[in-house]
This record gives sequence, C-alpha cells and structure tokens, in this order.
Amino acid sequence: MDVAGPYDRAKALSAFKLGDSVFYWATRISAISVLLILGGIIISLIIGAWPAMREYGFAFLWTERWAPAADPPVLGAVGPVYGTLLTSLIAMAIAIPVGLGIAVFLTELCPQWLRRPIGVAIELLAGIPSIIYGMWGFFVLGPFLADTFQPFMIRICEGVPVLGTIFGGPPSYLSLFNASLILAIMVLPFITAISVDVFKTVPPVLKEAAYGVGCTTWEVVRSVVIPYTRVGVIGGVMLALGRALGETMAVTFIIGNAFRVSGSIFAPGTTISAAIASEFAESDGLHQSGLMLLGLLLFVLTFFVLAGARLMLLRLEQKAGK
Amino acid sequence: MSDLSVASSAAASVPPVRASSEGRAKVTVRDLNFYYGEHHALKGINLKLMAGHVTAFIGPSGCGKSTLLRIFNRMYDLYPGQRAEGQVMLDSANILDPKLDLNLLRARVGMVFQKPTPFPMTIYENIAFGIRLYEKLPKSEMDGRVEKALRGGALWNEVKDKLNASGLSLSGGQQQRLCIARTVAVRPEVILFDEPCSALDPISTAKVEELIDELKEDYTIAIVTHNMQQAARVSDSTAFMYLGEMVEFGQTNKLFTSPTDRRTQDYITGRFG
Amino acid sequence: MNPIYIKRRRSDIIIRFLCLAAAIFGVAWLAMILFTLFYNGLTGLNLEIFTRNTPPPGSTEGGLLNAIIGSIMMTAIGVGIGAPLGMFAGTYLAEYGKHDKLSPVIRFINDILLSAPSIIIGLFIYGAVVVPMRGFSAIAGALALAVIVIPVVVRTAEDMLRLVPNPLREAASALGLPRSLVIRKIAYRSARAGLITGILLATARVAGETAPLLFTALSNQFFSLDLARSMANLPVTINNFVQSPYPYWKQLAWSGALLITLTVLALNIGARMISAERKPK
Repeated sequence: MDVAGPYDRAKALSAFKLGDSVFYWATRISAISVLLILGGIIISLIIGAWPAMREYGFAFLWTERWAPAADPPVLGAVGPVYGTLLTSLIAMAIAIPVGLGIAVFLTELCPQWLRRPIGVAIELLAGIPSIIYGMWGFFVLGPFLADTFQPFMIRICEGVPVLGTIFGGPPSYLSLFNASLILAIMVLPFITAISVDVFKTVPPVLKEAAYGVGCTTWEVVRSVVIPYTRVGVIGGVMLALGRALGETMAVTFIIGNAFRVSGSIFAPGTTISAAIASEFAESDGLHQSGLMLLGLLLFVLTFFVLAGARLMLLRLEQKAGK
Repeated sequence: MSDLSVASSAAASVPPVRASSEGRAKVTVRDLNFYYGEHHALKGINLKLMAGHVTAFIGPSGCGKSTLLRIFNRMYDLYPGQRAEGQVMLDSANILDPKLDLNLLRARVGMVFQKPTPFPMTIYENIAFGIRLYEKLPKSEMDGRVEKALRGGALWNEVKDKLNASGLSLSGGQQQRLCIARTVAVRPEVILFDEPCSALDPISTAKVEELIDELKEDYTIAIVTHNMQQAARVSDSTAFMYLGEMVEFGQTNKLFTSPTDRRTQDYITGRFG
Repeated sequence: MNPIYIKRRRSDIIIRFLCLAAAIFGVAWLAMILFTLFYNGLTGLNLEIFTRNTPPPGSTEGGLLNAIIGSIMMTAIGVGIGAPLGMFAGTYLAEYGKHDKLSPVIRFINDILLSAPSIIIGLFIYGAVVVPMRGFSAIAGALALAVIVIPVVVRTAEDMLRLVPNPLREAASALGLPRSLVIRKIAYRSARAGLITGILLATARVAGETAPLLFTALSNQFFSLDLARSMANLPVTINNFVQSPYPYWKQLAWSGALLITLTVLALNIGARMISAERKPK
C-alpha cells in the first residue's frame, strides 16, 4: 500500500472542508463586527441622547447655562464645546511646532547613537496612561503654573487690550490653560512619532540632491522634507487633534469643571469629556440624556477629524506605493 | 466527469497510473488561452507532458512559461481577474474544470518554487506536515516516511542529526532540497519546478539537477528555466515559448541542435532574450 | 563672505538650536513625570499594597489588593474577548478580503475606532450593557476594554500577516493545503512574533484605561470576584483617591499609578523586544 490513491485523499480533505468554511465565516463575521461596533456606538448614543434632543432641540447648541439641578433642568453645550475646542487648539498650537522640531531633530540633526534612545523614550511617553498625566497636572503642573507662569503673564499683559482679557487673572490651579498644556504634552509623542515616520519616507536621493546644491539643513527640511511629506504631517496632526478632543483623564483633574465661557484662558472651564467623566455616574433622567447628547457631539466632531486624518494618510500611502 | 471531485465514485475505481509507465501522456494541453484581466498572456497552447519525462520550458522573461506552469496546479486561482480557457487534461480529468477540488489537484501536482520556501517549523515538521494532511500515521511509520522523503530530496545525510532544527537554519540549496522533499513526501504524480535553481549557487544547482534526474523515474516533471544549458542537461523534451505562444516543442536534443523555427534558433544562439 | 550665505547660515543655526530645544523640552517632560511618579509612588510601595484591600475613608491601613485583582480580571477578559475577534477580523482583511469591496470600508472604520475617544466607548457600553443589565458590572467594564482592544489587534494582525511572503502561501497551497490551514499553520506561524506584539500593545493600551471604566465597572471598595457586579479596579480607584482629602488615599493613588505605569511600560518594552527578536531572521 505504497500508493495513496486520490480517493483516500478525498476522504481526508473533505474533513477539512467544514473547518475551512467555518474558519472563513468566523473571520468574515469578525471583520463585519467592526462595522457593527461603530453602528452600536452611534445607535446607543442616539437612543441615550434622544430625550435631551427632544427637550432642547437645537437650542442645546447655543445655550450656555448648565443647571442639571434646576426644575426643569436647563442644559446647554456651549461651555463644554467651547472648552473642548479651545483647549485642543491651544494644545495643538504648542505641540505642533515642538513635535515637528523634535522630529526634525531626530531625523536630521541628532547623532546616530542618540536617535534610538530618544525615539524609544518618546514612544514610551505615548504609552503612559492618561490618568498619570492628569495626576501629574493636578499635583505638580497646576500649582507650578499658578505660582509662576500665570502671575507673570497676567502682570505683563495687564491693561493691554485683548491680551489683558486672554491672560486675565486671578491665577488658578485649575484652568483651561493648564489643561491645554497637559494635552500638548500628551499629544506631543503622537505628532513626533508620525512625523518621524513620514519624514523617513522622503527618498534619500531627494535630500542628497538638495544638499548637493549647497542647501543648509533647514533649507532641505523646509523645501524638500516638509513639502514632500505635507499630507502625512497634516494627517498626523489631525490624528493628534482627534486624540486631544476626546482626551478625558488628563483633562478632568485640572480643568475645574466650570460650565461657562470665559475670556481668560487662566479661568476654570470644562470639556465635553471632562463633563461626562465627572457627572455621568451620578446623573439620571434628562441630565444623563444631556450628557449622552454631549457625547454624541464629541463623537461626531472626532469622527470627522479622524476621518479627515485617515484620508490624508491614505493618500500618502498611495503616493508612497506608486 | 472528473476523478478529482470529492464525490465522484469513479475516482475509487480508477487508480492513478504511476508515471513510470513511460511513453504515455500524463498531462495534455489543448487550445489553452490565458488572460490576466484584459491581457492575453497565453495563446492557443497545445502540448503533452509525457509520463516519466522531464519537460523543460524555455524562453525570454515574460513569455508566459511560468504562467503556463501555474495553470497545471491552478495556482492562478489564488488571484482574481486571472482566467484560463481551453482544456488541460491530467489523465482523464480536466484541470480547468471549475468544480474540481483544488486541494486534491494540488496534492497530485506538486510544485517547487523559485525561492526556497521552507515553512517556519522544524525540518522534520516541514515534511511531516504535508503527509499528515492526508494520512494518519503512527510515529514510527511517520519517521520512516520523513526519512524516505528526505532521502528522496538527497538531504537525509546532511540533516539526519538535526531534524528538530528550524527549516530556516539550512543553507539556500538545502532549503530548496527540503522543499523538493516536502513535495515528494505527499506522493504527487506530477512535479512542477518554477526556476528552482535561480536563487542557488552552482554546486547546489548541480545537486538539484541530479535530483531531478532521479525523480523522473517516478514522476512526470515540468521545469521552467531561463538557463538553456540547464534545460539541455535535465530535460527530455523542451518547449520554447515566446510572447505567450508555443513556438516550438520537441525532443530536447533535436530542438537545441536543429530547431525548425527561426525564433527558436535566434534564442538558443543568444541573438535575443 | 557672501552676505546672502551668512544670512542663510544664521537662520540654519537658529533652527537647529530650536529643534534641539524642542527635543530637550519633550524629553524633559517625560523625565519630570516619571520622577514625580517614582518619587511619590515608591514611598508607599510595600507588601501591604498587594495583600490588603482598599481602606475605608480616613483609615491609614490597607492596600490595593481588590483593585489589582479586579484590574487583572477585567483586562484579561477584555483582551480574551477582543484579541481573538480582532485577530479574525485582521485575518479576513489580510487573507480573504483583499479584493472584497467591503474591506477598505472596514479598514477605514477600524482606523477611526482605533483613535475614537475612550469615554465614548464607555457611554456605548453603558447604553448597551449597563442599562439592560440594570447595574454596573465587571463584565461591562471588560466589554468596554474589549471594544478598545479590537481595533488595535485588527490593525496589527493585518499589518503582520501582510508581511508574510506570498510564495510561502503559494508553497503551502501547492501541497494541497486548504486555505484555512494555509493561514492557521503557515501564515500565523510565520507572523507569530508580530501577532503577539500586537496583543501585548493592546493589553498595554487598556491596562491603564480609566475613562471607559468610570461608568461601566464603576469601582468597589470591597473584594469581589462577581462579574455581574461592580468591581474594584486600579484606574478608577486612583481616580477616586487622588481627589480625596485623605493623605493615605492619595499615597495609595500614587503607588497604584506607579504600578500601572510600570506594567504598561513593561508590556511596551516586552512587545518591542519580541518584535526586535524577529527582525534579524
């Protein structure tokens, strides 16, 4: 019985047939479940937010007052939305130049032996849980800023129009600015890591050609590296913005949880995620529904930012693929 | 109609004829056309792979010789947008039959690739893996089969003391012979070689060629090569392909000494390609 | 020297200096955060942390045992559910669905879920699990973590399987291997290091997640192994203790934070080492 005929094989292989199709469907259903999760998120947010939507309608979007204890409760999204957008914008304004600077340093300037340690350190920074940033902001950064940076800025800007309001006093442990700085530190590693990655996609020939005609490092970065990777950098920045908009724990401790729009960035405020984190567990009825509605707003906001980011990065990949 | 389809009862009653019965066509190709999407890659191919023979396919790169080889085990089926028309008979079964069980076909038509592709497991497992697919064997019998396959791949003496080493730890030439042993282990009837020596040094190449010569006792062999000397050394019949057409097909020594087609002559004398 | 060149040189030097400053700035934050964490966390780190449950308000003895056990359980269940699902989905995208029109959509949505705010995941599980079950529970917390694990694993599994050379798949098919076995026996095996890395990274990601647990698992002052009830866990315990007026609670919060950070760093470094080990081959 030296020769195994095809019939034996047929029997052996038909046993695999069932396993084959079970495996196929297991993977396919799992893949589809990714879509179901997104659908589930949207549906459960809408169901949860429905009572508040019916009660407040679009007025929710331009009401500043947040009084869940009033009868009936008065809820408006202006405070948290303002806080979310403002803290994210300030955070990005700080993190983008610094993050790009670090990326340029790592890819163009840094001595070879130092690249890996710094790169690894930056990536580990990205892995630290956000609650640690929050604690650190609460105990260390907040007091430090309130005692030094804030009084300094307030004194300088006193009486200056516009700036006097933005950097208006009194100094505070809990403020929009403190939260923004923590956010900036948090998203810094993201911006750096993605920028380093996309900077590495620049063909060495291009850079060599630029150096070859006598360009300085800065000129090579400005006229070759940045233009070549623009789409990727913007994508990475938007990804970081998506993170900043939705970040919860780093912000909640240090923002003050005040539902109002204040001209000064040294005043307490709140963000959507901080409002949900600090109030949701003890809320019920319309109050809870209002928080769900805030969550829905946040989701829609981040969805568009993240979708934009992914489309940008996708374009870069296609370019690199060609 | 196919003795390869699982349900077919005819399969049981028609035992496969071993390749050693020489002079009989094992694979018969009739009016074969192949398309990559819109691109017409093979045009009206007709040929026979004789049992117990080595048939070589030569031609400049892009002429369709690898494409043709990958039809014999329907490897092209892994990729969408590729389709074949015509008839390719393996004994009495049409390989192109869409109802055909591909896994069974591939167990009968083995393939050795351009680059060695050892699986990420031990040397022993690399061989036993394929056997276990079709047969449940006790350990002692499996050991015997593995040894036999490794001897068949002319590798036994080099690896018998390190069967539990990773297949990836072998040299390139040894890896390629391991892949041949792996193919032989599942007892196919036809073995396809797709430029098996293009990644190997001359000594390893010689060993693989020697091996092919031994294997033709038991198997029908098709080999694609871009090396004309190799085709002349190992094959009984040679097919010259050019731009998707079969230009000339015949006995190897005849094709190399007195080609009938002008293009064949140009190619073997090195005027192009 | 040429005045234009002098000007160019000057701006180049300024920018180089600014980049260096940015790098120092970035690394300095990390150093400061880690310093504070170790400084405050180490003082309270003793055996009691691992042997006793969280203390009641005002008490000055107790540990984090119930929170540590709870975190390990929820993380394990979350990864246990999320990782296989993510692996399968990633397998589909890399192996079966290459030419499927649905795949780009799934990939895109998955990338968005990858960076979706974790507090939204908490709201989702609150609506989908906590409300129907009429109460906070450990299983709800674990599911929230699973939802975060899935996209991470989908992404890494797909990327890693794509690195498996195609000839290896062809070689396996050429032996007559059915597709599912080609994937399970050959592709998984050669991508093993990468797949494990992905799961470790996903575990690191959820080990410190706080927001999605705030209103799914809640927390619990007592020791509990009941999955259907609220369960203590490190992040939420830290969250509650940090803002309390009791010094001992604050001390425990710092120690807990140090534990979480060390765990997460260890997982990250472990993941790195595994994927580095694979590369020389």
